[in-house]
Amino acid sequence: MEICRREDKLEISELDPFLAELLRQIPASANPEGTPTAEQRLFSPPAGPREREICAEWKLYVQPELRRLFRTATETVAADLEQLSGNEKTFANRTLRIPAKHADAWLSALNQARLVIAAKYNFTDGELCDHYRSPIGSRRDLSLFQVNFYGFLQEFILREVSDCPGKNSD
Amino acid sequence: MSWQPRRGSAEVAQSERSEGAISISNQNANPATVEAPVIEQETRSEEDLDLPWQVIVHNDPVNLMSYVTMVFQRVFGYPREKAERHMLEVHHKGRSILWSGMRERAELYVQQLHGYLLLATLEKIG
Repeated sequence: MEICRREDKLEISELDPFLAELLRQIPASANPEGTPTAEQRLFSPPAGPREREICAEWKLYVQPELRRLFRTATETVAADLEQLSGNEKTFANRTLRIPAKHADAWLSALNQARLVIAAKYNFTDGELCDHYRSPIGSRRDLSLFQVNFYGFLQEFILREVSDCPGKNSD
Repeated sequence: MSWQPRRGSAEVAQSERSEGAISISNQNANPATVEAPVIEQETRSEEDLDLPWQVIVHNDPVNLMSYVTMVFQRVFGYPREKAERHMLEVHHKGRSILWSGMRERAELYVQQLHGYLLLATLEKIG
């Protein structure tokens, strides 16, 4: 896999089927439904339990906004990932081009996915810091690899965003 | 994103007047009765009495350090060095106080931080 910036796009090329599939999993992985710990992590309380008024207003007014914000980001990413759907036989050398103005949506969706997966599997700090764990022998190992792969993409996007401030905005 | 403004804060300001009359005698002038000055006893608004609040970001092993730094720069407008200092404080000490001030602003900051998926809370000082 190669990753670089070309003009106003971030380009991920030489995508093998495995990594392409992991990319396609981003929107689904970012969905916390059915996992209370993931839901709690994405929508954490804004204050301690003693601040009941703040927490109640937050649930009423802010949480729906946050849900909308997160959903918009994953929808943008899902639309970009349409490039990877199609003939599976030509998957081997797929290239994904992400418009630079979608960088924030990608950062958000990747973060959502990482947080949801980590909450689902309850990864320890040690596991999350073990970037060289191999081979993948279980669903848990695969999910940890997914978290690290998405983190790698985030790092790349962040570097591009900070190198070219303002270019990511609509 | 928008945040419903907190109600009942600035609306409670009111003033009470103490009125009365006092006698003033002056050796060079005829005694006269003048109206006492109006003493305004202003009840301070709830907002004025509100203790400052602080915005706290808590450690999270999943969020990338570079990402957290970027969020602090964007939300608080901190220069990179200051944002990194706070990020490292979160990382090493488990939490960092990013800002302190009035409640509504603190709520807005926490809302923005949650929009970036950081673990953030507001707490009353004291």
